[in-house]
Amino acid sequence: MPPTDLTSPAEPVPGKAAPGKAAGALPGGGGAASARTPCGITFEQVVKRFGDNVVLDHLDFAVGAGERVTLIGPSGSGKTTILRLLMTLERPDGGVIRVGDDPLWHMERGGKLVKAGEKHLHEMRKRIGMVFQQFNLFPNMNVLRNLTEGPVHVLGLSRDEAVERARGLLELVGLADKEDAHPTRLSGGQQQRVAIARALAMEPTVLLLDEVTSALDPELVVGVQDLLRDIARSTDVTMLCVTHEMGFARDISDRVLMFDQGRIIEEGPPGTIFEEPREERTRAFLRAVLAS
Amino acid sequence: MNWDWNYTGKLIPDLLDGLRVTVTATLLGYLIALALGLVWTLLRRSPNPLVHQTVRWVTEFVRSTPLLVQLFFLFYVLPSWGITLGALTAGIVGLGLHYSTYTAEVYRAGIEDVPRGQWEAATALNLPRRRVWAGVVLPQAVRRVVPSLGNYLIALFKDTPFLFGITVTELLGSAFDEGAHTLKYLEPITVAGLFFIAVSVVSSLALRRLEKHYATH
Ligand SMILES: Nc1ncnc2c1ncn2[C@@H]1O[C@H](COP(=O)(O)OP(=O)(O)O)[C@@H](O)[C@H]1O
Ligand SMILES: [Mg+2]
Repeated sequence: MPPTDLTSPAEPVPGKAAPGKAAGALPGGGGAASARTPCGITFEQVVKRFGDNVVLDHLDFAVGAGERVTLIGPSGSGKTTILRLLMTLERPDGGVIRVGDDPLWHMERGGKLVKAGEKHLHEMRKRIGMVFQQFNLFPNMNVLRNLTEGPVHVLGLSRDEAVERARGLLELVGLADKEDAHPTRLSGGQQQRVAIARALAMEPTVLLLDEVTSALDPELVVGVQDLLRDIARSTDVTMLCVTHEMGFARDISDRVLMFDQGRIIEEGPPGTIFEEPREERTRAFLRAVLAS
Repeated sequence: MNWDWNYTGKLIPDLLDGLRVTVTATLLGYLIALALGLVWTLLRRSPNPLVHQTVRWVTEFVRSTPLLVQLFFLFYVLPSWGITLGALTAGIVGLGLHYSTYTAEVYRAGIEDVPRGQWEAATALNLPRRRVWAGVVLPQAVRRVVPSLGNYLIALFKDTPFLFGITVTELLGSAFDEGAHTLKYLEPITVAGLFFIAVSVVSSLALRRLEKHYATH
C-alpha cells in the first residue's frame, strides 16, 4: 500500500468527505509534515506487574510498519496493558519496547540502554495515538477545540492551520456540522468519531484502539467501525486494535494475536484464527464471544 | 429603649463607609485566597518531599490557628522584624492567607475529581505538562468546586469584623465607634447587622446563579 495522507480516503466514501477536499484541508498535505513513515513495534522480553500480579511475563512480539494487528483474548489477559504501555500510560517493569527503531522507555547511551526522561517520552509519543473505550473527550472544550488543542500546543501549528486540519478531519468522520457542539451533547458514536479525529489530527504513525465500540449502543457501533475500515483502507498507519467484534477484526486485520494470561497462545491471519484455530482455548474463547 | 430614626439617618453615611471597607477587604482578601490556595495545591503535588511537606505543615498550621492570632501577628509582630503593613493591608493579607488554606483543600478535592481518563487523553495527545493543567485539569476542577469556593467567600465576608481587632474601621467597627461616641448602641449595631444580612443574601443569590450556570455548561 503506497503511503497516503492520513486524512484523505483513497476512495470516495458515500456520505463522507470528498477525498480531494479532505486532503486540501491539510496544509502541505502529502508533504514532509503529514506523510510520515509508518513505524513498526517490537516487544522484547517485556515484563509488567501490578503488585504481585505478573500481567506480562517476558512477552515478545513484533508488529510490522503499517501492519494491522488485532489482539483478542479473555478479559484480564493483558491486552489493554499492552496498549497502555505503548501510550506510556503504564511503565514496564522489564524488557524493551521499540516503536520504529527507537526504544520507547529507554535511551541509548554508550551502547547501553538507560531509562529515558520525559523529554524522550515526549518525542516518542508524537509517533503514537490512542482512542479509548470511554472516548475521554475534553468536556470543557467544544468539538473543534478538542481537535486543535494538540496540533497547536504540541505540533506548533498556527491556530488557522489547526482549524483547517480539524475541519478536514471532521468532514472525514462525518461531523462537519458539529464543530461548535459540546462533546457531552453528542451521541456516544459521534463522540467516538470525534475522538478518532482528535487522534488523527496528531498524525500518528501508530494508532492504538482499545475496545472503541464496546461503550456504544448497538445501533451506533457500525458507524464507528465503518470509519475505522475507511481509515485502515486509505492510510498506512500501523494499527493495534483490541476488540470483541470478530467481524470487524476480520475486516481490518492482517494478523490476529490470541492472548491468554499475558501470553500469545496462537496467532495468524484472521481467516485461520477464526475458522481453524488450533488451540482449544482459542476455540472456547471464540464460542463464548459468539454466544454473547 | 426607643428606636431613634433621626439618629439612624445620621448614622447611615458613616456605616456605608464602613461597609465599603468591609467589601474591599472581602474582595481583595478573597482574590488572594483564590490565587494563593492554587499555589499551595500545586506545590503540594511537587515531587520534592521538602516542598510538599513544608507546604503541608504551613497550611495545616495556618488553618488550625485562629484568624485573630494571624492578624495580630501581621499587624503587631511583623513591625518588630522591620515589616510594617498598614492596618487594612494586614487585614486583607491575613484574610487571604487564612482562607487560602481552605481554598487549597477545595482545589485539591476538585482536581482529584477530574476523571483519570482526562489525564490519560491529555497524555495520549502528548500535551505538555503546563497545558494539561491550564487547558484540561484546572478548568474542569474549578467548575466542580464553584459552590464550595462560593461558600468560603461568604464565610470570609462574615469574618471581616475581626479586622476591627487591628484597628480597621470596617462595618462593625464603625458601628461600634458611633455607639461609643453617643452611648447609643442599639441603632448602629442593628443597622450594621442588617447591612451584613443584605450583602450575604445578595451574594448567596448571585452564587446560586453562578452555580446554575456552571451546572449547565
Ligand atoms: N491499574 C491496575 N492496577 C492493578 N491491576 C491492574 C491494573 N490494570 C490492569 N490490572 C490487571 O492486569 C491484568 C490485565 O488487565 P488488562 O490489561 O486490562 O486486560 P484486558 O484488557 O485483556 O482485559 C488484570 O488482571 C487486571 O486486573
Ligand atoms: Mg481491556
